[in-house]
Amino acid sequence: MEKKDFHIVAETGIHARPATLLVQTASKFTSDINLEYKGKSVNLKSIMGVMSLGVGQGSDVTITAEGADETEAMAAIVETMKKEGLSE
Amino acid sequence: MSEMLKGIAASDGVAVAKAYLLVQPDLTFNKTSVEDVQAEEARLDDALAKSTEELQAIREKAAKSLGEAEAQVFDAHLMVLSDPEMIGQIKQNIQANKVNAEAALKEVTDMYIGMFEAMDDNAYMQERAADLRDVAKRILAHLLGVMLPNPSMINEEVVVVAHDLTPSDTAQLDRTYVKAFVTDIGGRTSHSAIMARSLEIPAIVGTKEITGKVKAGDMLAVNGIEGDVIVNPSDAEKADFQAKGQAYADQKAEWDKLKNAQTVTADGKHVELAANIGTPKDLEGVHKNGGEAVGLYRTEFLYMDSSDFPTEEDQYEAYKAVLEGMNGKPVVVRTMDIGGDKELPYLTLPHEMNPFLGYRALRISLSELGDGMFRTQMRALLRASVHGNLRIMFPMVATLKEFRAAKAIFEEEKQKLVNEGTEVSNTIQVGIMIEIPAAAVLADKFAKEVDFFSVGTNDLIQYTMAADRMNERVSYLYQPYNPSILRLIKHVIDSAHAEGKWAGMCGEMAGDQTAVPLLLGMGLDEFSMSATSILKTRSLMKRLDTTKMVELADRALKECDTMEEVVALVEEYTN
Repeated sequence: MEKKDFHIVAETGIHARPATLLVQTASKFTSDINLEYKGKSVNLKSIMGVMSLGVGQGSDVTITAEGADETEAMAAIVETMKKEGLSE
Repeated sequence: MSEMLKGIAASDGVAVAKAYLLVQPDLTFNKTSVEDVQAEEARLDDALAKSTEELQAIREKAAKSLGEAEAQVFDAHLMVLSDPEMIGQIKQNIQANKVNAEAALKEVTDMYIGMFEAMDDNAYMQERAADLRDVAKRILAHLLGVMLPNPSMINEEVVVVAHDLTPSDTAQLDRTYVKAFVTDIGGRTSHSAIMARSLEIPAIVGTKEITGKVKAGDMLAVNGIEGDVIVNPSDAEKADFQAKGQAYADQKAEWDKLKNAQTVTADGKHVELAANIGTPKDLEGVHKNGGEAVGLYRTEFLYMDSSDFPTEEDQYEAYKAVLEGMNGKPVVVRTMDIGGDKELPYLTLPHEMNPFLGYRALRISLSELGDGMFRTQMRALLRASVHGNLRIMFPMVATLKEFRAAKAIFEEEKQKLVNEGTEVSNTIQVGIMIEIPAAAVLADKFAKEVDFFSVGTNDLIQYTMAADRMNERVSYLYQPYNPSILRLIKHVIDSAHAEGKWAGMCGEMAGDQTAVPLLLGMGLDEFSMSATSILKTRSLMKRLDTTKMVELADRALKECDTMEEVVALVEEYTN
């Protein structure tokens, strides 16, 4: 299982376009990918789930990926986080 | 068989085209128990697939006609349709509770909508809740086997038929294909009517039953001058309507010759014909129709077309564009007029029993809640003032104290800008809109302190007659020519003149061909109307003699008991 912590620096938090792109990225992989925030865990392939967490600027989140393509999935997520200025 | 319906003629012109029904289907359903949950899940999958297909088509069309950026809105909708978590929850709900897909869909989507709306992150989450509502409605429509209208998919010439048209409906319409509007409800001042006039397409409103009489694809012949619409016209009827359309086009060409002419009466008196606008884009219509000023710039569109409060900079740019576009001619800007029937998604106002009599317009601006936005608007206006001939108008003034408070804020912000070294004009006129009877009655007092009056007749009439102008049962009380209204207007004009000020009018009445002779006779200085009414009115002015119209107005004010008598008298004097 891949597991990684992220500190969210984007002013809007995980919202709008970045949230959409994060979900799109996760959806490309078969692994189970989850986003944890404040003790709640949601499916990162679900835009409704991600938005319901209301992750704001300055939040710390954990993402886990488990499955055949977990390494590639995590790499792609890290890439999107950086590219969209969500996390450094 | 053809069938003729009558309505209120709301925008001039004639059109013959196929009907496009912009009608919301019935989406009510009952929660029922199901035995075969697999079949229910299959129904859901089918509705999801159809919704996806439909949205993809809409997205493609939007990308082509509006651009890729606008089309991305639909990506968010498509993503919701394929959300594994949400769909999983709906199916789980079907299985666990053995209920129909409609009920399961509603329960799950309502849960998310509630969650989004409860988040303090304001505007953005409200929009997401609205997106989800939209998507849920589309899935539900497919589950129920009914069609949702998709106005953005219109690709041939049509007459749009609707119960009523909202601003968001009209925003989606492709102007190249829409040849006319016909609605069940509304009057000359409802949104659909105003929109039609600015698009210069014929419209008939208040037909009461058009949506019940017309099927998709029926032919419609629409005469927006007389308010007649024929469903499935015969060839002879079509030819008759087309001939009337041609006659109207010829007359319009005649009016167009007056585009660059001054507005003068038969005896050579000059009056100012101004235009009402909502956005800087409307200036095109003002110039096309030879407007001599902007008599009403409704700034609320800056607030309504935005997902958050417009910034000082955004407002400054808009005001500057209008002032520069008018090239030194007067521009009357009405300050924020929110409330009543105009709501903002990012400003939560208390729900009221009588919103038109409630917390709206200047009442918000002068309260703690609105102080910041009002000052921002003042600053933007003051900064823009150096780019043209600015006049500021406060809406919904009932008392002199309100005017003084608003004027004081204007002076304070002006002083601040001067202290900051920002250049502002020293010749800005500050006036009020007369739409509350209390202000009309006390106009002689107001006239000592304001620079001008502009009579907003739409509201003045509804407040004076105590009759909601949107309510058809009492629409007979919307009587612009009632002697009571005329006396109020006369008092306002006389009060302004006694103090050396000017009086204008920016309601629908200013471009009304029966009212214009009376208003000219009462001494009105400025007439502000839909840009498309200007040339027609200029042509009318050319035929009116001021001395005769003064006599007409005098007699109407003294002798007439009813609106009908006034109308008859006007006819006597103008024919």
